[in-house]
Amino acid sequence: MTTILIHNARLIDPEAGTVSPGSLLIKDGRIAAMGAEVAVPKDARSIDARGACLAPGIVDIGVKVCEPGERHKESFRSAGLAAAAGGVTTIVTRPDTTPAIDSPETLEFVTRRANEAAPVRVLPMAALTKGREGREMTEIGFLLDAGAVAFSDCDHVVRNTKVLSRALTYARSLGALVIGHPQDPGLSDGAAATSGKFASLRGLPAVSPMAERMGLDRDIALLEMTGARYHADQITTARALPALMRAKRNGLDITAGTSIHHLTLNDMDVADYRTFFKVKPPLRAEDDRLAVVEALRDGVIDIISSMHTPQDEESKRLPFEEAAAGAVGLETLLPAALRLHHAGELTLPQLFRALALNPANRLGLPQGRLAVGAPADLVLFDPDAPFVLDRFSLRSKSKNTPFDGARLQGKVRGTFVNGTCVFGDL
Amino acid sequence: MTFTQRHLLGIEPLAPHEITTLLDLADQYVALNRRDVKHGDVLAGLTQINMFFEASTRTQASFELAGKRLGADVMNMSMQASSIKKGETLIDTAMTLNAMHPDLLVVRHPHSGAVDLLAQKVNCAVLNAGDGRHEHPTQALLDALTIRRAKGRLHRLNIAICGDIAHSRVARSNILLLGKMENRIRLIGPPTLMPAGIGEFGVEVFDDMRAGLQDVDVVMMLRLQKERMDGGFIPSEREYYHRFGLDAEKLAHAKPDAIVMHPGPMNRGVEIDGTLADDINRSVIQEQVEMGVAVRMAAMDLLARNLRAARQPGAQGVMV
Repeated sequence: MTTILIHNARLIDPEAGTVSPGSLLIKDGRIAAMGAEVAVPKDARSIDARGACLAPGIVDIGVKVCEPGERHKESFRSAGLAAAAGGVTTIVTRPDTTPAIDSPETLEFVTRRANEAAPVRVLPMAALTKGREGREMTEIGFLLDAGAVAFSDCDHVVRNTKVLSRALTYARSLGALVIGHPQDPGLSDGAAATSGKFASLRGLPAVSPMAERMGLDRDIALLEMTGARYHADQITTARALPALMRAKRNGLDITAGTSIHHLTLNDMDVADYRTFFKVKPPLRAEDDRLAVVEALRDGVIDIISSMHTPQDEESKRLPFEEAAAGAVGLETLLPAALRLHHAGELTLPQLFRALALNPANRLGLPQGRLAVGAPADLVLFDPDAPFVLDRFSLRSKSKNTPFDGARLQGKVRGTFVNGTCVFGDL
Repeated sequence: MTFTQRHLLGIEPLAPHEITTLLDLADQYVALNRRDVKHGDVLAGLTQINMFFEASTRTQASFELAGKRLGADVMNMSMQASSIKKGETLIDTAMTLNAMHPDLLVVRHPHSGAVDLLAQKVNCAVLNAGDGRHEHPTQALLDALTIRRAKGRLHRLNIAICGDIAHSRVARSNILLLGKMENRIRLIGPPTLMPAGIGEFGVEVFDDMRAGLQDVDVVMMLRLQKERMDGGFIPSEREYYHRFGLDAEKLAHAKPDAIVMHPGPMNRGVEIDGTLADDINRSVIQEQVEMGVAVRMAAMDLLARNLRAARQPGAQGVMV
């Protein structure tokens, strides 16, 4: 292991909430020292950051890598390269593959493939019920032993509350984290857009934003019953926020995330049936977006994820209702999140609290912070560098980004995982 | 007056003067259609393909007749039965057809936005014959022509649109068109059949038919699809007819000279009383069918002129 000194950087410390000029020393894969004055060992390789920001690497919960099943859409190699290029040092993969990751055997396949192919850390989630069918719980204990960091049926909401309450009770006994998708399954059935003027004008089947609050209310009631550890994958509407705040105040073990797309886009962006803007849940009204940004600032919402969902051209070049939902986001997560910084809505430490510190804490990981002794998973980036995104420049196999042609700011200059540079010419 | 559209995908992109231009031309075609010799030749040499991904008798026949009367070579393709079943995507179908060099493509599709998608991939003029719940522009135009001929104007009228607004592309196109032409629009129907956010469309919404019909000049009835009748959106057919079916008693709340319209096909005794539908003093339903052919002739004529103009470099729209 080499010793690396990154100097002349702006250190973003999400724990302290500070941005301060200084240096950081990496030794044996860990942060050995940091601050304004750092003693430099003789053998250290020195990197001049030239004033760029140095922050803990992003921990992205809910990334879909399409192995097994749809490797033509995304592989561990391509997702890993995209993550490294986007400053994401840990990806937490979703189990909504074909077949679902619902047994220790399939989980081991994922872990093995990830280790041999991805340049960043990959932590797998497992399904909560077998086949994500909402009938029988998976082998939560075995899956934990095999390395599952959380349990989720993703966008398949467990309709049967008895099944869900038992799974939550069992998960609680093992301390397992359950990730829910708060959405009333009946109300949201068949929806391609959020109900409102836009959906009505375009004649799209739509779901009321209330479906999210109903789903969340149900899950919160089950948490009160079972005491399970719970994370809501995406809170995207204003109406769901009071329930979330109340649940937190009442001491339930609940956290919530939101997707970068719901933070930076709204339902009008769909315009003339642009299917790259079809995500799940559908993009919301601007009022909802603003409420979610505020909730993030206030710490009601804890985590920002890319909700990276690769889809090939064939599944997107269809009429809007028929087109597949989802957008890739690993590489655009940071520049899109920086829109909030440039708009004055969130500070850089606040952003990295939601991108790195909070997700790491929720999963019990030592990453996500700039602290002596913490793993040297870092991203060095220039927050102001402007560029126009060309979707064909993305490293993901699938190019379904809603930011194609968008003006963005924020370029990653280097990404370090465990003290090793995995992206950038440093 | 100019008409600069390349396609007719909806009412939304049309300017009021373009609507007037189209209706003026359609008036001329009404006269042509009433003559013994009904042939024109403005589409001679052009190929018109009617692609219907959803079953249709009236609209398809109307487009076919419109094309033939203007001299186009018309081909009908019933797409429910063909390549879609073999797994071909909409875009592949479009590319295949495009390679055959059609000039006018008339498309109906069960999904909103599908016709827009298709129009991006072909070199010819595309006419939307109905896409999902989105738009059905020629229906709105033929309704407008019918109203204009019956009432002598197409502005400052009180117009009620009644029934299943939520699932109706006819309603959407009519709301847009009649709004652009500065009419007062009322929507009448049970709240379960009213789309969300409809209040922002500049319309008045009623769930009491008698109140909604008060002093209107035009009553447009919409078809209620069979599959929505039983329990899902409304309790039953008979309760619907009782509350929202148009009969002489309810119509008495409208102006004495109010006209009754229906896009067809009608469910007699569900949304409209059979006798009323046949009352030639009130119902203009047969005129609507007649205007349909004329409006489609006008639309294809204008699009063909723009197509020809576009094929000669430097041209922008056509003068009528």
